[in-house]
This record gives sequence, C-alpha cells and structure tokens, in this order.
Amino acid sequence: MTDQPHHGRDEPGHEPMPEPGNEDAVAQVTPRAGDPLPDPGIGTHVPRPSDVDPALERRAERQVSGLFGLATLLTLGFTVAYFAIPEDATLLNSSAMNLTLGVSLGGALLLIGIGAIQWAKKLMDDHEIVEMRHPSASSPEDRREALAALDVGAAESGFGRRTMIRNSLLGAMAALGLPAVVLLRDLGPLPGDAAEKTVWTKGMRVVNDVSGLALRPEEIELGQLVNAEPQIVFENDEGEPLEGAEKQAVKAKAAVIVVRIRPEDITPPEGRENWNVDGILCYSKICTHVGCPISLYEQQTYQVLCPCHQSTFDLADGGRVTFGPAHRSLPQLPLGVDDEGYLVALSDFPDIVGPSYPTMPQDR
Amino acid sequence: MSTFSGQTASSPDGNASSNGTPAASGAVDHGRDGHKPLQDTSVGKAAAGPVKWLDDRVGMAGLVRKNLRKVFPDHWSFMLGEIALWSFVVLLLSGVFLTLWFKPSMTEVVYTGSYAPLNGLEMSEAYASTLDITFEVRGGLLMRQIHHWSAMLFAISITVHMLRIFFTGAYRKPRELNWLVGVGLFLLALVNGFSGYSLPDDLLSGTGLRFVDGLIRSIPVVGLYLEFFIFGGEYPGELIIPRLFTVHVLLVPGLLVALITLHMLLLVYQKHTQWPGPGRTENNVVGYPMMPVYAAKAGGFFFVVFGVTALMGALVQINPIWKYGPYNPAEVTAGSQPDIYVGWVEGAVRIMPAWESQFFGLTWSWNVFIPAVLLLGSLFAVLAFYPFVEQWVTKDRREHHLLERPRNAPVRTGLGVGGIVFYGLLLIAGGNDIIATQFQLDIYAITWFMRIAVFAGPVIAFMVTKRICIGLQRTDRERVLHGYETGIIMRSPDGSYSERHAPLTPVQAYELTTQDRVAPAALPATTDANGVAAPHRGRSRLHSRASRFFGSDVIDKPTAQELEEAHAHGPDGDGAHALPPGDEEFTGVSETGIPKPH
Repeated sequence: MTDQPHHGRDEPGHEPMPEPGNEDAVAQVTPRAGDPLPDPGIGTHVPRPSDVDPALERRAERQVSGLFGLATLLTLGFTVAYFAIPEDATLLNSSAMNLTLGVSLGGALLLIGIGAIQWAKKLMDDHEIVEMRHPSASSPEDRREALAALDVGAAESGFGRRTMIRNSLLGAMAALGLPAVVLLRDLGPLPGDAAEKTVWTKGMRVVNDVSGLALRPEEIELGQLVNAEPQIVFENDEGEPLEGAEKQAVKAKAAVIVVRIRPEDITPPEGRENWNVDGILCYSKICTHVGCPISLYEQQTYQVLCPCHQSTFDLADGGRVTFGPAHRSLPQLPLGVDDEGYLVALSDFPDIVGPSYPTMPQDR
Repeated sequence: MSTFSGQTASSPDGNASSNGTPAASGAVDHGRDGHKPLQDTSVGKAAAGPVKWLDDRVGMAGLVRKNLRKVFPDHWSFMLGEIALWSFVVLLLSGVFLTLWFKPSMTEVVYTGSYAPLNGLEMSEAYASTLDITFEVRGGLLMRQIHHWSAMLFAISITVHMLRIFFTGAYRKPRELNWLVGVGLFLLALVNGFSGYSLPDDLLSGTGLRFVDGLIRSIPVVGLYLEFFIFGGEYPGELIIPRLFTVHVLLVPGLLVALITLHMLLLVYQKHTQWPGPGRTENNVVGYPMMPVYAAKAGGFFFVVFGVTALMGALVQINPIWKYGPYNPAEVTAGSQPDIYVGWVEGAVRIMPAWESQFFGLTWSWNVFIPAVLLLGSLFAVLAFYPFVEQWVTKDRREHHLLERPRNAPVRTGLGVGGIVFYGLLLIAGGNDIIATQFQLDIYAITWFMRIAVFAGPVIAFMVTKRICIGLQRTDRERVLHGYETGIIMRSPDGSYSERHAPLTPVQAYELTTQDRVAPAALPATTDANGVAAPHRGRSRLHSRASRFFGSDVIDKPTAQELEEAHAHGPDGDGAHALPPGDEEFTGVSETGIPKPH
C-alpha cells in the first residue's frame, strides 16, 4: 500500500490543503549530490473550475452527455443513410453514400472519443499520484534460486553427462531443418535460360498493342512512337489470343516501342546497321533498370524517359543510357519487312530484356 | 462530504473490487456525492456471482489490484505511440471487413460491374473484386479508404513515435529490448503496408510489384532464383497475389499482434518513462491512474483515431484504383509513386548513379541493390544498434526512467536531425518528377542536386542542430544563474543602461537543473603504470575519440557554488541591478514578464 501515496487530497469547495509531498520528495529537501537546487516536490493541486463551481460541474456533465447523445444520433443517421441513399447518387462531386456513411460514422466515433476525454479532463479526479518503481532486474535470491532450479533440472536430466543422447538429439533437431527447406523447393521452377529469351522469333510480326493489327512501315510517321507487341499476344499457333498469366508474362518481357527517325540522324552501333527499316527502329519497352514500361518520348531528341526512375535512353544512338540509374542500353529488336510488307522481327532480342540479374550471360 | 471514505476503508472484502486500496478510497473520498460502493449497486450484486466464479478459477484479483490503479505519466508526446496502437486496431477492423469480399486471385475475368468505364475489360479477380467492394458493397469504399488511411497513419505514427523515443533517450537501459521490439514493428509495418498496396492489382500496384521484382533480381548471386521462387516462375505469374494476401492478412499481422503485445507487456513491467520535474525521480512515476483517467483518455483516444480516419475515408480520396485500370505490364502512369513511408527508398533508387559491374562471372546491380536493399537494411541496422553504440560510448550502465531534453544531448539530437534530413531529402527525391513538373524545373538538375544534398545536408544539419542545442544549454544555464530577462531597461544614476533580470520560480529553476552532470571525457590509457603498452590500444583510442565526440562542447549545469556566487553578485556581477526573489515592487510592474508557476 505504501507504493501509492496520495497527494493534496483537498475537499471540493475548500481551499487546497497544504501539499504533504511524497516520501521521496520529502527525502530530497537537500539537493541530490551534484545538483545545485533541491527538488521542490510535487506542487499543490490547483482545483479546476468544475471542481469548485457546481454550476460548471453540471455544465461539463451536460457537455459530455451531449456529445454522447449526438454520437447516438449520428450512428442512427448512418443506419438510415445506408438504406435510404441510392448507391449511384452523388453529393459534392463524390459518392453520396461514401460521404454520408463516413461523416456520420466518423463523427459518431469522434464525439464518443472527445466525450470520454472531456469527462476525464473535467470531471474525473485529477490529483497526481505517485507510484514507486521497482528495479527491472530480479532480486539476487531469485536469480540464485532460478539458477539452482535449472541446475537441478539439468543434473536430473543428465543432459550434460549423457553426451551421446544429447548429441544425437541435437543432430535430430538440426536435421529437421532439411524438410523445412526442401518443402519450399516447389515455390517456383528454376530459371534456366527463361530470362534470356522472349517470344520474339524470326519473322514474327510487330502488331499494335491495342488493336492487334500488324504494322506496315508506311503507317509510321516521322516522330511517331507506336506501342507494339509480338503478334503471338493476339494470335498464337492455334489462332487464339493469349490469356491470363501467360499473356501478362509475355507482355512483361516482349513489349516493344516502334519509332521512325530520320535515317541520317541514326548512329547505329556496329553490326546494327541493317536493324532498321528506312529509319524505323524497334526497342524493348521494358526498362533495364527495374522493368517499368517506358514510353515518355521526346520526338525532337529521340530520347525516351522511364516514368518510374527517370532513366533516359537515346533511341537514335542504339538505346544508350543518357541519364538516370539504368546501366544497360535498351535492347534493340532487329526489324525487317516480310513478303506481305509488314514489319517483322529478324530474330529474338540479341540482348537481355528487363532488369539485370546476377547470373545473366556476360557476353550479351 | 467524505463520508464514504470510512465506509470503503472498512469494506468487508476488499479483494474482489479495487475499493480496498487507499488509492481507490481516495478517489471515493475526493469523489462525487452519492457514490455507492460497487458491490452495493444492483449491477455489482448481479455481477458478484459470475466474478466470484471466475476468480475462484483464475484468481485474477491480484492482477487487477496491481494494475487497475497503475500510474501513467502525462505528456502530449506519449500519445504518438497510442496513435500507432489504435490505428493498428482500426486496420484490423477495417481489414477483416475487406476480406469478406476480396478475392486474392489472378485468374482473368471480364468485368461486368456497375463502373461503366471498365465494363467488358479483362482483369484479374483481385482487381474486379476490389472494384466490387468499391462500387457494389455499401460502405465498401469507405472501409477501403479507412484501411488505407489508417495504414498511412500507422506507419507515420510509428516513425514519429520512434523519433520521440530517440530524441528523449527513452531507449536507454532498461528499455533497449523494447526499442528493438519497436524496430521490428516498424519493419513489419512497412512490409505489411507494401504487401497491402500490391493486392488490388491495379496499374499502380502492379507497377510497385514490378519494382519489387527488379529489386529481388538485384540481390547478388541468387537474384534470379529468388525471383522465380517468390513469383512462382517468371514475373508476374499467377501466384504472387495469393501469396502476398497470406503474408498481408495472416503472417505479418500475427507477428505484429505478438510484438505489440510484447511491447505493451514490457511497457507495463518497466513502467513508462517520465519527464524530469518537481517530485519526479528515477525511483517513482508521477501521473494519473489507469482507472479511471487513462481508461477514459486512452480509450476515448481510440475513438478519436478511428473517428478521424473515418472522416478522412469519407472526405479525402486515397488510392482511387478504378481510375488506374487493371494491371498491364506494358503500361505505366507517369507520376507513379509508392505510399509515403517507402518514398525515401524510391528517392534513393531514383538518384543512384548507374553503377553495375561484372566480376566472378556474375553481374552486380549496384544501381538497384545499394539503394533498395542495402539502404533499407541499413536503416533497420542503424536503428537496432544505436542504443548499444551509445552505451558503449558513454559507458553509462545505469537505469534511466527520466527522459532527457534533446538539448542536453546535443550530439544525439544532431545525429537524429541529420537522419531526419537524410530521410527527408530522399523522400523529396522520390517525387523529383512531380517537383519538376509542378515547379517547372529540370529533372536532371533536381536529381544532381539531390545526389549531393543527401550527403551534405545531414552533415550541415548535424552541425547546426548541435550548435542550437548548445546555445539552448547556455541560455538554460544563464537563466538558472541570473534569472530571466524581464525586458525592462534600467538606467543607473551614473547613466549606464542594463536589463533587469528576475529570478525564476524554484520549480522552473529546478527543471533546468535536473539533467545529469556532464561526465569528463575519458582519456585513452596508452600505457599502464609500468610504462607497458596497454592492450586493445586501438579500441580504447577509438572509444575515447567517440566519447569526446559525444560529449564535446556540452555545457554543464551550474554547480551549487556557482549558483551561490551568481546570487551574491547579482546578474551583472556587481549586484547593482539584481532583484531579490519576491521583490514586491517588481512583481507589480510587468504582468507578462512574471514566470508562470508550474
């Protein structure tokens, strides 16, 4: 009981009594060693207006119950709104349902909270009380006895003595880690060379990524950028469009951008002189940084900017990185024209598409 | 008035209610007329049986007696952690509601719901069901927005709460463990925030996942293997959303609940820290009792937090997924950004130079690995190790229950502000595209500025903050020695001017001298008494250097002797303009200049 001394218990309506101070503060009339000033102790309790004026006390009571009452009304309003408001009605340019449900529920909750806090602040006893701390550590006896108990247990089990049992148990427990790891093996397949290839093959048509229509060189204007996909996205070997995860995986790797640049502005890297068709170039749309699709194109400078981390690539200069965190050039797809006059790939991307990875082949 | 005090003190059985303790009887004593002891009320009589039944079996009266009147100190900054706690409860409530309709599936369906612009589009079931929650389930949009806002609030309030703990030294012994639990909670909050952000499978959340895919790929040696294991094959696969769903609603929340429980249990066991002040010592805790004051204030505060997030859910739009459309790996919106609590990582990724190297036959993507993985990891490592590093430097092995004013630990405060500036600059860098378009600035110039600023800014912030702290310490010392400046200029008979100083109240003066005295910096012992080189010289030199760095330029509080001398000689050294304490003539002069009593 000594751990909760009480202070300054004054009678409501009376002058505050002289502060008795707690034992700890009383003990500190002289300053702590090294301190210039003594601890003045917890001050006298100053009564609140609602402690001394019954009218104010009643007013605070009315305030608190008023808040709670209003909260009830809002909650009822919530229920009415839920059933009464049509789902497509709008209010202040947003969903009327969302607005009324949220405001009534939020208001009710807020009023309950404010009411409770107001109750505590104005009406509940506001005398500071003192509780003594205990040391966080166990007592020396407890420590001794705990150790002794452990010791007895260890001795009786023979854990230290019967080393063969102990070691074989430890071995068995350690071996249990194996199934835990092995069971996770089927989380996914091994990558193999999957990350090195895309679905592009020699002769696959380049098609518009929305309509699925194959692109012809004459349709692409100077300065234009067309978002494109391999034809297989819309028409696989059975003539069916790809669906679901397969489609997403193909798009995540094989999406391309097709641009037309004045042939005299192009400075193709060595060996890529024939990869364009009259200035039409095709690049991977997937950033070599972390894989965002790129298509912010500045047609005067032939640069594309990745909207995620602002890596910038120069399409007239082999997709070279001109700014930003990407390291590798944007992979280029060699373009040609088939017998029917459509743009086709001459092969898969010679370079690796998408973000770099530790085990990627280093000759590409 | 206090007729009940006698009655409760002699109450026949004090064990089933709290009335047996003097504290409780005190409350009744102060309390309002007409209070009837609980056991005499009709509710009390009705409950007596069940309560006795329960106590006969679990014997909880001891626990209740000990904790019902547990004292918590009062300060506004102690509320920050409460915001985190309550927003977590709001997350649980709103999250359970959302799981009733959400389908964590990447199976493709054709949308036929009531949101016309997306009608007939192919999308994953996850996105379609999120649209259904938004448009078909009444109150669904509200709950989604409450859930997202409270997730923001959770992450932000944890951060701010952690800063409070840091700047006041509350992590010192015996609370290092609870600090570590807090660091774990911070990490889990980020993981859960991010996994939740990825679930709706809209274009924005998919872009976030694509970034995570790149991040995983950058992990040295095993990057690609991890990607295939996590996504169940090539990105994006069909498994990542169901897997993230389990992480988001089961694994991480389970850990969060466990760690929050541990956090609270340690708090209760070690008791809350308090600000130094009159009557507050290392051995006590001064404040208000759990029941009724904190039950009402903290309990009420839950409703305030819930209410505010509900109002935000009603009035402030967040994550309007129907505007982004379904995820398509070949599309992205300009201005794509993660939620604010991972914005700093995004910023680091954006300003990182394009470093990639190849050795040991492997490719090392430093441009992604350093900012996204190493930096994120080092934040938690720095946070986790800081209390132990500081303890090694100060060699302070005492228990601390009184908080330290930030100014009285200038180096710690400087480090903290340096950290905030680093974090803040990265957060700003994470929006470099938005800044460029809004302020018509060159995005490359912003990026270059940030590349330099993230290194220079924290250093400048550290130095400035440390100086400000020391300046404040000087002011404190001056005020204790010479009183406060009244703003009254006095002219002496010989014509010289000086400002009048008036003494502080004893409470104010005491509050400015409660900090620990500055320990003298340890000098390295290079040789022992016999002139033999001491072992671990390197470590001891490092330690003495660190300890000098930590304690350099710190202003100590005055000694009793200095105080006596200052009072004897007056504020200006000659005693001419000193005002004796309680100068009647003066106190009538300036209303505003009088120090407020505590």
